[in-house]
Amino acid sequence: MVPAVRRPSDLTPADDLSVPYSGDPMPQTLLGLLLVTPALAIVILLFIVPLASSITGAFEVDGGHGLGNFAKAFELYANDMAFTVVIVLSSTALIGLCSIAISGYLTLGSNPRAVAILRWLYRWPLFVPFIVVGQVLRTFLAKNGLMNSLIVETGLLTASQTTSFLDWRGIVIAFTWKQTPFVTLLLAGAMASLDRSMIESARNLGASRLRILFEIILPQVLPTLMVGLILGIVTMMSVLSVPMMVNAQTPTMITASMAFRINAYGDYGVANALGVVSLVMTSAVAWLYLRQTMRDHR
Amino acid sequence: MSGLGLDLRWIPRALGLGLLAFIIFGPLTNLVLWAVAERWYFPHALPLKYGFSYWVAVFAPRGNATGSLVNSVVIACLTVVISIGLAVPAGYALARLRLPARGLILLTLLIPQAFPNLPVYVNIARIFYQFGLNGTVLGVVLVHASHGLVYAVWIATAAFSALDKELEEAARSIGASGLRTFVDVTLPLAAPGLLASAVFVFLESLDEFTGTYFVGAPDVTTLPLLLYTAGAGGNYQIASITALILLVPSIAFMLVIERFLRADVLSKVGR
Repeated sequence: MVPAVRRPSDLTPADDLSVPYSGDPMPQTLLGLLLVTPALAIVILLFIVPLASSITGAFEVDGGHGLGNFAKAFELYANDMAFTVVIVLSSTALIGLCSIAISGYLTLGSNPRAVAILRWLYRWPLFVPFIVVGQVLRTFLAKNGLMNSLIVETGLLTASQTTSFLDWRGIVIAFTWKQTPFVTLLLAGAMASLDRSMIESARNLGASRLRILFEIILPQVLPTLMVGLILGIVTMMSVLSVPMMVNAQTPTMITASMAFRINAYGDYGVANALGVVSLVMTSAVAWLYLRQTMRDHR
Repeated sequence: MSGLGLDLRWIPRALGLGLLAFIIFGPLTNLVLWAVAERWYFPHALPLKYGFSYWVAVFAPRGNATGSLVNSVVIACLTVVISIGLAVPAGYALARLRLPARGLILLTLLIPQAFPNLPVYVNIARIFYQFGLNGTVLGVVLVHASHGLVYAVWIATAAFSALDKELEEAARSIGASGLRTFVDVTLPLAAPGLLASAVFVFLESLDEFTGTYFVGAPDVTTLPLLLYTAGAGGNYQIASITALILLVPSIAFMLVIERFLRADVLSKVGR
């Protein structure tokens, strides 16, 4: 759960409306509830109910309840779970590093033209749909794809030395390529809103830009970075197209295993058990983050 | 001296920016090349023959892309109608009216962003199967709407909150009814924000793969599903052409909303 994310709760609270229309035919509360109910009903029926049934479904075994689905899921897909954790964690680390580097340069870069070019450049993947990312990188990273062809062309490697990146590395590259601009956007925004005077005085005292970035700027924007990365983790655990298109062999991510379990066997029990595992993984990350924030605020 | 120093400092800058440009545009160039390649095989770095014969095949009256494109656009339009139709009243109520359990309502609307949605789609497909909604356009639209609605409500709430209340109060004080005030004053003022969220919901629906894969396939084929099957069958030209069709509206949207992506606008997110 990530309640600390982009929050509508930051918007103007309704209570500052001092009910100026005494002649309303309907009490405001009732009208409000009537207006909200349809949207709320859709979210509850089409998201929260299926989410709950994915959890209960994981414990259903032959009409009864038990842990059979989990036993089977761990027996068959333990490798995929480890694979998923490695992919998500390494992608998250790379996304974090790249977005710190880019937003750091956007904030501290001394040359306005270089900053402008970087600002224009970095955000292109933001609006490339995941399914397109999968297709694009599948042809780009293959053993005989454009990347290897260009490397062979420059003479750095021979054709027999090239390798395909269409395994876990391909997925990590795809996630990093697609998600970095989003986190950078948030992070650069947070950095831009910082008080410049501390940065300027540190610079006047002769601190290097790298030191200013890591010792002054980053600690202040850490909450934003964490929110961006957690949203990224939830997204990575939801995307089916990238693992299915970039990495077709086993081991693969549990998202692809879930789809396979349903398409090949119609086995909703094990698929839901894998779903619960993915829910636990994302909740664990969110919980660690929340606990840390609570501790910091105490 | 200073001129020389400036030149030297451009070397690492140019290297860094060039590498980033390659990382970002290399794969995209690859896509464009595949879309116009007639023959291309290893070890040739570039296609051997260029042409548009695959485009002709894809857009032939009996080609499968036309049907998928129509499906995708119809589904996306219906999704926008449902999402915005429900989000406008909800957003207005959340921004302007006194609601009990407002925090709980907002939390409920946040949940779809906080959990991986793959397990959800799997179970929606199972529930829809009982109601005969699997493999129907309505089923796919409902799945897309449940996803788009959340964004639409957030944006609509923000749009209504940003409006100056005094204009509405002025309209009410000269005798306009509540509904009249909303239609003639509030809605036009909030229109830019609502339009942006409509475009966003449209694009989300156009690009959606996972939900359509579980609920729609194989009866309802959209462009992302066509892309996936073409790619899985090794038909990279058709997959790349489909990918380009999906890419163009997204990039256009990015260029249009560029001014909203300014750092100062986004500085409040996540704080």
